[in-house]
Amino acid sequence: MKRYVEHVMGMPISLALRGRHEDDPAGRDAWAEALAALHDVDRVFSTYRPDSFVSRLGRGEVALADCPAEVAEVLALGERWREESGGAFDVRRNGVLDPSGVVKGWAVERAAGPLRALEETDVALSAGGDMVCLARAESEPWRVGVEDPAAPDRILAVVPVRRGAVATSGLARRGGHITDARTGTVPAAVASVTVVADDLTRADLDATAAFALDGEAATWLAGRGATAVVVWRDGRREVVG
Amino acid sequence: MNRIVFWLLATVAVVVLLFGYHTSTSGPEASATPPAVISAPKSAGATSTPSQQASQQPSDQPSDQPTQGATSAPNATTGGEAATSTVIGAVAETQWGPVQVELSIAGGKISDVEVVQYPHGNGRDMQINTYALPQLIQETLAAQSAQIDMVSGATITSDGYLRSLQSALDKAGL
Repeated sequence: MKRYVEHVMGMPISLALRGRHEDDPAGRDAWAEALAALHDVDRVFSTYRPDSFVSRLGRGEVALADCPAEVAEVLALGERWREESGGAFDVRRNGVLDPSGVVKGWAVERAAGPLRALEETDVALSAGGDMVCLARAESEPWRVGVEDPAAPDRILAVVPVRRGAVATSGLARRGGHITDARTGTVPAAVASVTVVADDLTRADLDATAAFALDGEAATWLAGRGATAVVVWRDGRREVVG
Repeated sequence: MNRIVFWLLATVAVVVLLFGYHTSTSGPEASATPPAVISAPKSAGATSTPSQQASQQPSDQPSDQPTQGATSAPNATTGGEAATSTVIGAVAETQWGPVQVELSIAGGKISDVEVVQYPHGNGRDMQINTYALPQLIQETLAAQSAQIDMVSGATITSDGYLRSLQSALDKAGL
């Protein structure tokens, strides 16, 4: 196995490759392509860059039609999860447009394309703890550890993943950046939500929306047939699926 | 050799609890087939039959592992609807393992179809080659002990990265 790390969008991007192209020009080219795709997304979607399309869209300086088609795609995803979460998840809060909650998983899912195309090579690509995994039939599945939000140097669950994605939402690293969009409340009952799904777009959105739903997180995930681990503030851990 | 040791779950005798056996063996005929209970971590997504699977488990695995699937109540006619009856089909062998289906019949029509036995007794295994249910570790473990490749956690910023588990894993792999 060969590992690679770069920092994009203020996050560590970690790649693990196993197999034929783990340490050759084809593998390194695919990694460079994946990083370039993430940088492209950052230029369009960053809320930290005043000149990004999303920042200008939020200020009303450009219309949606003037933006790259991906912006409409991301906003449509945000709208779908807003509806499905009963408004707890929303890319607009207090009039501010911030689609970051959609962009991360969606961007990594797309960026993994060139890596997935590597023949006879297993791929695990993680952006700040949210990842896509692909392992061949003859390989061991990737073993993804779920961090303990109360003790982030420890693991409280393991998910074997052959082809799929794992995303976790919680407050462990950054303070209260996820709130219930309806009330502005920071979740108090739930400590972290980890979702396993076929693709990272869904895993990340489901994890974030469930976290915003706080006490309803596990019920909501179960209702949509999701596979997840919900960790509560009181230390209880609940597997959904 | 920096790779994390494989059979640690066995060597530290940590009980891995698998959840989600809602669809596991139930119904009178299910006892004809050995109940597929716990899949060893290694065998997730494998296509072995339950008996082969059992033989793959580490030999020193704690013997008091919970045997989910054996405890479910007989699947008698549910509720008070007098007209509803259930029929459980024979176990069909597939390339992935045994499959068994239960039909609910109400008013002479099929009102529900439920798969009472999936390969390995775990519905998740229908998604062969994708992912398994998360396996809770009874007591949280250090990453090295848990034998993992990647870490999923709340958003790790570049600032926090150096302190994070993923950085340790990345380092170990280099």
